[in-house]
Amino acid sequence: MSAVTFPILTVAIFLPLVGAGVVALIPQGRASLVRPVGLLFTVAELAVAGTIVAEFKANDAGFQFISQHAWLGQFGIGWKVGVDGISLFLVAITAVLFPVAMFGPKVVGDAKSFFAWMLLLEAALVGTFLAMDLFLFFVLFEVTLVPGYFLIAGWGGLRRNYAAMKFFIYTFAGSAFLFVGILALVFLVAPLNGGRETFDLITLARYASHLPTSDQELIFAAMAVAFAVKMPVVPFHTWMPDAYTEAPTAGSMILAGLLFKLGTYGILRFGVFLLPKAAIDLAPVLLTLGAVGIVYGAVVAAVQKDLKRLIAYGSVADVGFIVLGAFAFTNQGISGSVFEMVNHGLTTGALFFLVGMILERRGTLRISDLGGLQKSAPVLAGVFIVVVMAAVGLPGLNGFVGEFLVLVGTFITHRWWAVVGTSGVILSAIYLLWAYQRVFQGRPSGDNESVVDMTWREKAAMAPLLAGIVFLGIYPKPLLDRVTPAVSHLIEHVHYADPGFHIPAKGRTKIVYAVPATQNVDGGAQAPTGIQAAANNSGGNP
Amino acid sequence: MSGMLLAQSSGCQVTPGKVTGLCQAFNSLHIPVEYRTILPLLVLSIGSLVLLLVSAVMPKQSRPGLYPLLTAVISALAAGASVFQWVDIGNHGASEAIGNQILYDRFSVLFMLLISVATLFGALLSDSYLQREGLDGVEAYVLMLLASTGAMLMAASAGTIILFLGLEIMSIALYVMTAYHRRRAASGEGGLKYFILGSFSSAIFLYGAALAYGATGTTQFDEMGVFLARNTLPNDGVLLGGMALLIVGLGFKVAAVPFHFWSPDVYDAAPTPFTGYMAAVAKAAGFAGLFRVLLEGFATQQANWRPAIWLIAVLTLLVGSVMAIVQRDLKRMMAYSSISQAGYVLIGLQAASSQGTAAALFYLLTYTFIVAGTFAVIGLVQGEGEARNDLGAVRGLAKRRPGLALVMLVFLLAQAGVPFTSGFLAKFYVITAAVNRGQYALAVIGMLAAAIAAFFYLRVGLLMYSSPEVDAEGEPTDGATLAGLQPIPGFDTPALSAGPGAVAAAGSAGSAPVALLPPPVGKIRIPFTVGVTLAVCVAFTIFAGVSSPVLDFAKQATTLF
Repeated sequence: MSAVTFPILTVAIFLPLVGAGVVALIPQGRASLVRPVGLLFTVAELAVAGTIVAEFKANDAGFQFISQHAWLGQFGIGWKVGVDGISLFLVAITAVLFPVAMFGPKVVGDAKSFFAWMLLLEAALVGTFLAMDLFLFFVLFEVTLVPGYFLIAGWGGLRRNYAAMKFFIYTFAGSAFLFVGILALVFLVAPLNGGRETFDLITLARYASHLPTSDQELIFAAMAVAFAVKMPVVPFHTWMPDAYTEAPTAGSMILAGLLFKLGTYGILRFGVFLLPKAAIDLAPVLLTLGAVGIVYGAVVAAVQKDLKRLIAYGSVADVGFIVLGAFAFTNQGISGSVFEMVNHGLTTGALFFLVGMILERRGTLRISDLGGLQKSAPVLAGVFIVVVMAAVGLPGLNGFVGEFLVLVGTFITHRWWAVVGTSGVILSAIYLLWAYQRVFQGRPSGDNESVVDMTWREKAAMAPLLAGIVFLGIYPKPLLDRVTPAVSHLIEHVHYADPGFHIPAKGRTKIVYAVPATQNVDGGAQAPTGIQAAANNSGGNP
Repeated sequence: MSGMLLAQSSGCQVTPGKVTGLCQAFNSLHIPVEYRTILPLLVLSIGSLVLLLVSAVMPKQSRPGLYPLLTAVISALAAGASVFQWVDIGNHGASEAIGNQILYDRFSVLFMLLISVATLFGALLSDSYLQREGLDGVEAYVLMLLASTGAMLMAASAGTIILFLGLEIMSIALYVMTAYHRRRAASGEGGLKYFILGSFSSAIFLYGAALAYGATGTTQFDEMGVFLARNTLPNDGVLLGGMALLIVGLGFKVAAVPFHFWSPDVYDAAPTPFTGYMAAVAKAAGFAGLFRVLLEGFATQQANWRPAIWLIAVLTLLVGSVMAIVQRDLKRMMAYSSISQAGYVLIGLQAASSQGTAAALFYLLTYTFIVAGTFAVIGLVQGEGEARNDLGAVRGLAKRRPGLALVMLVFLLAQAGVPFTSGFLAKFYVITAAVNRGQYALAVIGMLAAAIAAFFYLRVGLLMYSSPEVDAEGEPTDGATLAGLQPIPGFDTPALSAGPGAVAAAGSAGSAPVALLPPPVGKIRIPFTVGVTLAVCVAFTIFAGVSSPVLDFAKQATTLF
């Protein structure tokens, strides 16, 4: 690394935080300053994230740009942030989606507090993706709830208070298990680590697999509950349609596009990486929940009367894909899972944006009240169909790459789950295209005849999302080059922890986006010292 | 057994600072009094006498604000004295003093500091309240100083006798303080309830102390511990009975479930600044006593008392947070909230480790600031005559006083345990201690209780930030149909939900949501003293939430002498 002593990741976390403070301090009389200042900070954050992506060394499995400071020292808690292939693009998509969400949809009500909460949420989200200290992760994971809560409660729909409260309580209750799980892990590992307690991800990963299997499984289960609520997988999903539906457009974009990646990201980064053996043992449960989610989400989405709720349930199905891929424990599966996280951010963000436009124009999202919108708003309809196609998984758009990788990866190790998952591709086509048909096609009547098309601002805000959708669909290599090494490393780590676990040879020989063995830092030959190597590797970078 | 007891107690030895054995001839006994060990107590008790004296010689219409100012100065001096003691113990070590009756260690000094600070806040907050209510006078401040003296004595007690003495000094002052608002019927009623139930609990405590004495032959905690470590009681019924009664007596003071029934009534009845003072001081002193008794006196009996405390902690956490949800009155809600907060301190006690003690001390220390701030805000929004203690009073506060609403939000989030506030770290430390002792179930229950509690804290937050306008009929958006304010069968009679004089939800039967009263109108004036207190409390809440000096401080106080 070209002597990056500049703590760019810490800057990436604090920049939006400072922005939130600045926006909050703008006096009421200068309300016109709120938007430009907010824009300035999100664009600056985008530039920082862009720099991180540009400077990120591809084909490197370890954490990069690590910066570390002592914090609550007596518990071994530190400010430690780093980025690897798995988190890199989640940070990037965060930086992209925030300016779009903040400046695309119209803000109704108090813009100042809205922008301040949004910037605070951005800081917490970026921090959560970058945290390499379990305490820091948990703290930021919890902090995201507060702006999320106030965004729903302050700018949401009719039942916003109910939805906001439900959102907060569900996730908070889930976090209870995560919290105790993390603490149990720390204290059980401490004797192995010479009696020193630490919340450092790398150190914990080094020792956690030496714990008794039952302990590992219990801790993993505790973490899985929290992340399953956050994702959310069936049956922990009941808060989600309310939260997505009642949130303001920008809120839904961020909630659906980013906030709930914390669950899927968390279980990969902390569940699987720290406790691989337990993850393998409990994988059938999660795979089943994922497969059930795919079918259940799609079926329930198909019968929704409200367009926003339909997309919300569609998200349940998408989360099912992510979980399926993550717990297949194959290179393709996990890579596909990470890819799907990015995809889902783009497409769901775009879908909620589009739905928000319809709501703004028509004042309702009841599908039966809408119809024939493509006559009066052809551009809106065109963009909508492109995004729908991406969500459905049309080859050439990003959704296809992700779903393909997930299904291939799952098929290698868990054939029948993949079969069930594949049905989700068809089901998603049914509910999304049927929705498109009912909303945009047909003969417009009443207010539907005179719907204003997308404005220039909306087009400009939508452009980056569309560009991402098309680019990743046609040329996913840059992303996969950065994701796959980290994923291979994760899989090697799983192997090391559980030598009895083997990916069927058929699958291993056909790794699609494999990297050269020399760059795979701890390949199978070095397995016994694999974690050591990982730690050295990631520690040596800054 | 009795023969051995005699052997132990024969021979009265008096060395400076240490008296051993049972002394028959008291006239031959010279007990040295090390005044520095009780310096904060002396400052407070002499201070209260000075206040009385000043009030006697001053003309009837003296300058307003003189007594609170003097009280603030006295408590600041007491705080300074505690700091001196802290340093002194660092230099010369902890000791037993005044005929072994006072423990001079950092554990007690930490409580002295805490109590001094709480008294300072109490004085600052009471001034404007008492003036507004027309209750201005010296008595409130004298009682407050005396209650603090008793609380300090409890924290420094080396045996059940001094502990009881402190308990009574504190309690009697608190009974009067509860009933202080002469023109509020509820105040007198609450005072009487507190007095009667409090007397019962004191009697129970005393009986427990007597049984413990019967079982161990001593009232001193350290000697109890030594006796129990060296002897195995073949029949420990008396000992266990004594221990149980001591837990009940002190559990009453900290309002642990199921000894909590007085607490909502008393919190509601007492003048608001006194409620905040009581929530901090009485709880802290009660916990100081519990720690002394259980961790020092019954240190070897952990197998017996830890399960009991486990059960009490779980009940306290769950009953506190669930019952707070159904409250319609801010002060009653805060009463249940503070019950649930006591549950976390009990988790720290249950851990029976120095980590648990440090966590509990940190909890009490930070809670002092949070609770003072919360009741300061309630005192401001309730208006004259405590007319508006219902939830509707905070509605739209953000529009009326944005700063005040923000400050309140910080306190609410801190109590809910949201990161970057002291409340989060306090819960973190407590849960850490529990997990470190393998108490996973207790830890999970504690965190789930926090999730339940988050509901009512956030509801207040939401009300503050919702629109202050009264909803039109059937408007389903804002506060009126706020989540969870659905009527609860059997609870929501209009009288119960809104209090006297309110026409709440007239005719709302069954399914209709309970309407909140419209928010009060008029400007909220924030007196200077209250503003200062709020600023200090918020600053401390954030400071202790992001850094570790406060915990380091608490950690140094965990070695009981």
